[in-house]
Amino acid sequence: MHDSPDLGDRRDAVCVVGAGASGLTAVKNLLELGFQVDCYERETAVGGAWNWRHDRSPVYAGAHLISSRQHTEFPDFPMPDTWPDYPHHSQVLTYLERYAKHFGLGEHVWFGMEVVSAVPTADGGWEVTTQSTGGGSSRTQRYAALIVANGHNWDPRKPDIPGEFRGRVMHANAYKDPAVLRGRKVLVVGGGNTGCDIAVEAAQQATRVWHSTRRGYWYAPKYVLGRPADQVNDALLKWRLPLRLRQWLYRRTVRLTTGDLTRFGLPAPDHQPYESHPVVNSQLPYYLGHGKITPVPDVTAFDGAAVELAGGERIEPDLVITATGYRPRFEFLAPELLDVNEHGRPDLHLHTFARKNPTLAVIGLVQPDAGVFPLAHWQSVAVAQWLRLRRTDPARAAVVQQKESVRPLASWSRRQVVPSERHWFEVDHIDYLRSLESLLNQMEPSK
Amino acid sequence: MTAFDLMRFEDWTDPVRSAEREVASLLPDADEGRPPVLFVPGLGHGAWAFAEHWLPHAAGRGFPAHVLGPRPGGDLRALVHDVVQTAAALPRQAVLVGHGVGALVVARALGRYPARAAVLVAPVLDGWSALGSALRANPGGTLPALVGGRLKLSARQLFGAGLPAEQAGEYLARMDPRPRRELLGRAVPPRPVGTPPVLVAGSPDDRVVSRKALDRAAAAYGGDPLLFPGMAHDLMLESSWAEPIDAILDWLGKQGGR
Ligand SMILES: Cc1cc2nc3c(=O)[nH]c(=O)nc-3n(C[C@H](O)[C@H](O)[C@H](O)COP(=O)(O)OP(=O)(O)OC[C@H]3O[C@@H](n4cnc5c(N)ncnc54)[C@H](O)[C@@H]3O)c2cc1C
Ligand SMILES: NC(=O)c1ccc[n+]([C@@H]2O[C@H](COP(=O)([O-])OP(=O)(O)OC[C@H]3O[C@@H](n4cnc5c(N)ncnc54)[C@H](OP(=O)(O)O)[C@@H]3O)[C@@H](O)[C@H]2O)c1
Repeated sequence: MHDSPDLGDRRDAVCVVGAGASGLTAVKNLLELGFQVDCYERETAVGGAWNWRHDRSPVYAGAHLISSRQHTEFPDFPMPDTWPDYPHHSQVLTYLERYAKHFGLGEHVWFGMEVVSAVPTADGGWEVTTQSTGGGSSRTQRYAALIVANGHNWDPRKPDIPGEFRGRVMHANAYKDPAVLRGRKVLVVGGGNTGCDIAVEAAQQATRVWHSTRRGYWYAPKYVLGRPADQVNDALLKWRLPLRLRQWLYRRTVRLTTGDLTRFGLPAPDHQPYESHPVVNSQLPYYLGHGKITPVPDVTAFDGAAVELAGGERIEPDLVITATGYRPRFEFLAPELLDVNEHGRPDLHLHTFARKNPTLAVIGLVQPDAGVFPLAHWQSVAVAQWLRLRRTDPARAAVVQQKESVRPLASWSRRQVVPSERHWFEVDHIDYLRSLESLLNQMEPSK
Repeated sequence: MTAFDLMRFEDWTDPVRSAEREVASLLPDADEGRPPVLFVPGLGHGAWAFAEHWLPHAAGRGFPAHVLGPRPGGDLRALVHDVVQTAAALPRQAVLVGHGVGALVVARALGRYPARAAVLVAPVLDGWSALGSALRANPGGTLPALVGGRLKLSARQLFGAGLPAEQAGEYLARMDPRPRRELLGRAVPPRPVGTPPVLVAGSPDDRVVSRKALDRAAAAYGGDPLLFPGMAHDLMLESSWAEPIDAILDWLGKQGGR
């Protein structure tokens, strides 16, 4: 399999897969606890999804954060406070580049190297095979632990729409520049943040815009009472208001801010607030109200120049953009290592720790109702502390593992979500951080 | 010390507002890869207190040197915010050096930013103890502040006999201490993130920070204070200012990189 067998032994070093936000914070936090780290990144630069020069980047020219700056920055490396509440994607990349430079992470990252296989060894370590992108030679090295931070927003989930379509169909992943929308009749499929963002961009560029969603959503505004919506939401969480009461407040707030969108023809949500991943977009209602976006139901078939919709209506767009999301993918690992089920979903403790292999963890595999970076940071701190505890005090580590194994799932993963293939790793950032906090405290050296 | 600080509702719901920051910097002629040093002055002292000697001296010894002036009217939280913002804006992990109340600010900032190392110079971590010392050394200037009047620092409090009276007077004239009630108390400093080496330095003859307070501060970080007998509170303005900064930079040089 390897064209240049070179079984280097990196002994106690840890291997990190990916140098996006999650991989970078993993590298930093492992170094901080004194680990040696090799990080492999198949692209030629850091930033992952936020580096829109990367072919697989899901980011488009107009993308701004939907989580506010204070909810998005790493807890120990703030974004400049002169930046806007919702920075542009290019600023997020600048931020990640600065983070890498500030903590000297670059020298631990091997760029242009893809991890193609990782196999556990009998002594509890890993044999990691990397291949230089562009099909160069591969090599295999041994590591003590494997941290997977490969991201989950790069492999397009493409809908199966029966029939032939004469126009152009592209997944949102390939959409970069609003120029492709100019003067077109555009159908955007999908009601997630990507679909809504693109529908809004299309409303400003295209001659006609249809937006197809297969259910109703709670479209949250970016600002409530003049503050970023997530900051207002956290004020409610701070007081530990019960979910029911928060749902009621949410419905009231949406009613008073966004208003009732069903009068524009959107379906009413088929679920309660907090039961689906938040969609944050203040401009969608605006363009609906200006007749620039026509909401339509699910797409059922293609038929030559036409697209058939549920209910039988036919429309004739010349460009269809499917913003139907992404799938997590872990091709370099045997599925049983992550307890991947038939739907391709890993089953990990705190969506982080492999259940059977104590030296395997995944960072960033969560969909929070806030920014991802802080969660990825604390996940990495917990993983680094865990790896250290295993080394310094195996007996205590065993006790912690025992205790963690009975932590109820409902305390850290979303209890109730709308049935849809994308919500299995949805977390409430507060509940989730509290669980990580309690794990971290358990791993504290006893006094 | 408090352990992990995950739940930050205050920052998530009511973040500190940005304000223009006064930062003075002196960079060494050649970048030899040394970590940047960020000086944080204490109560009543502005960026000038470090710009006087320590800033150019550190730069002369090859350390990119910066000093952050306190934001006017800023509470402790805002001052900490400004230190973390300034440090994170530097190209490399910074060393934080705080003096007096500035050391308290640094101690707090260490819970929010993984500094390369930190030095607490004559740290006022214990407001009550500092108030007690101030009442003893400078009752006339301190008492009015307790009943809402203005605080006036005195030369006897801050400087040793070695500093010419004229010079001391000039420094004092630049000081405008506006103490805030929140400084009174014995706050438990957060555990520094990233486990940086922390040095506590001071003088047994300091009339603001007692020897006992120095020992306590150093013990909190698991060490002993580095002492400069004979010097007064404002180590960076004393006539023998070179001795402590040289010792601090020597200590820094000995903290091996990762
Ligand atoms: C349009 C859009 C907007 C978003 N907005 C927000 C927001 O407002 N706030 C927020 O918090 N999050 C947002 N997100 C989520 C975003 O995914 C995260 O912020 C963040 O990028 C996750 O970082 P990551 O490191 O986990 O994954 P990625 O950024 O995807 O990084 C993974 C890295 O791993 C590398 N890699 C993968 N496989 C391998 C392999 N086998 N070998 C070597 N390298 C490999 C990839 O090249 C990549 O560099 C948004 C996502 C999208 C799509
Ligand atoms: N501005 C921003 O910061 C920003 C922008 C974009 C994305 N993001 C983030 O990036 C991640 C991915 O977002 P995303 O919007 O690309 O994907 P997503 O959240 O997975 O949303 C996909 C949307 O497509 C729908 N869909 C999926 N399969 C479908 C099918 N076969 N037919 C019809 N509809 C289908 C889904 O409906 P269901 O409701 O039935 O699942 C959902 O509305 C999220 O975390 C998101 O928050 C952020």
